[in-house]
Amino acid sequence: MNNSITGHTIRFLLLALFQVILFNHINFLGYINPYVYIIFIFFYPIKNNRPLFIFLSFLMGLTIDMFSDTGGIHAAASVCIAYARPVFLKFAFGTMYEHNTVKFNNTDFGAKLVYIALLTLLHHIIMFSLEIFSISRILLVFQKTLFSGIFTILMITLLSIIFSRKS
Amino acid sequence: MQQIINFIIRNKNFLLFLLLFGIALVFTIQSHSYHKSKFINSANFLSGGVYNSINNISSYFDLKSQNKILAEENNRLNQLLANSRIDTNTIKTDSTLKLNYKYTSARIIRNSYNLSNNFLLINKGKNDSIKQDFGVRSSLGIIGIVDHVSRNYATVISILNTKSRISAQLKKTNHFGSLTWNGKSPNIIQLTDVEKIAPVTQGDTIITSGRSSIFPKGIPVGTVINSKLDATENFHVINVKLFNDMTNLEHVYIIENTDTAEIKNLLESANE
Repeated sequence: MNNSITGHTIRFLLLALFQVILFNHINFLGYINPYVYIIFIFFYPIKNNRPLFIFLSFLMGLTIDMFSDTGGIHAAASVCIAYARPVFLKFAFGTMYEHNTVKFNNTDFGAKLVYIALLTLLHHIIMFSLEIFSISRILLVFQKTLFSGIFTILMITLLSIIFSRKS
Repeated sequence: MQQIINFIIRNKNFLLFLLLFGIALVFTIQSHSYHKSKFINSANFLSGGVYNSINNISSYFDLKSQNKILAEENNRLNQLLANSRIDTNTIKTDSTLKLNYKYTSARIIRNSYNLSNNFLLINKGKNDSIKQDFGVRSSLGIIGIVDHVSRNYATVISILNTKSRISAQLKKTNHFGSLTWNGKSPNIIQLTDVEKIAPVTQGDTIITSGRSSIFPKGIPVGTVINSKLDATENFHVINVKLFNDMTNLEHVYIIENTDTAEIKNLLESANE
């Protein structure tokens, strides 16, 4: 128990630090950045204390917001995907989720990719619409969501493959 | 009563979600209005300290190009000095000499240009008597306006911010307008509300107008790429290519207008 709390804290701090120091400054083609910190929300244990999980996601988003002067856009998007996560888990993993047997280390790769992609796109579309905050530039929102989304999905998939513990 | 409590307990996750989402939305909306984002900004000791120590390392990779920029500026200033007609020997240092604008040098420790509302972080703050609404420029042109100030750091509203409005004018005539940004390219900003009658041609220089008390007149901004009339057909919308490369900034100057209080008082008494 104690061990898992330490693990989550370290992961939280490392992801926040890497996001603000490294991933926010990639600026591929001028504006495309991966938002890798949401991997914390994706692979948080499924059997959890739900209010605590939602609150931690909020805190994660707010930390990124504080460092990048963006108001509350990351916090809002993170809270949304944290709250909506069970729906996406059910959609992607189906019966496995209902029987409480999902382990991220040994699930089907396709199901995992669907899960990552859908949640990433939801997060990005909320974040970019709040960032740009104007209906007249909705095309720019979609453009940013698509390109940054592809980059994020790629990075998160790679990271989840590299850091998965094979039993 | 019991039913209400039961309802809260049953829906506590949803209510928590709504509460946190609401807080985040309030922060977002605050950040979209000028000078209002009080709580969440990077000019605190934690994020400022982290960015400062990172910048201490990463600035080494940039030394060569920044040195070149500074040497070019030195060269230009020396040239101005050598060719100026004022005889430097006859000027006596006078204790009553009044300076309208005070310059402080600073370093940008976090640059940002890929969002629609960009903020920069500089390594000077209250301890260096920096206050809100001071102007910031580099050797090549304007950068932005100081927003939030902490003890050692300050955030700067970049000109690459869809909320910023800075008064600017054509160099050859006195027709003025306000500088805005449409959020697309970090090299091109827009000068709007210039009278239709103003003669705008490609390649004209745009400078600050000195109409606000923030910037003195004549700080370079950029050159005209093209212009068209806006929807009302009364004003020009001019695309301006910046002299500054906003993606490569390090050394900047903070401009303090020592007469701001006097000007403000005068304007307020005129409004009454």
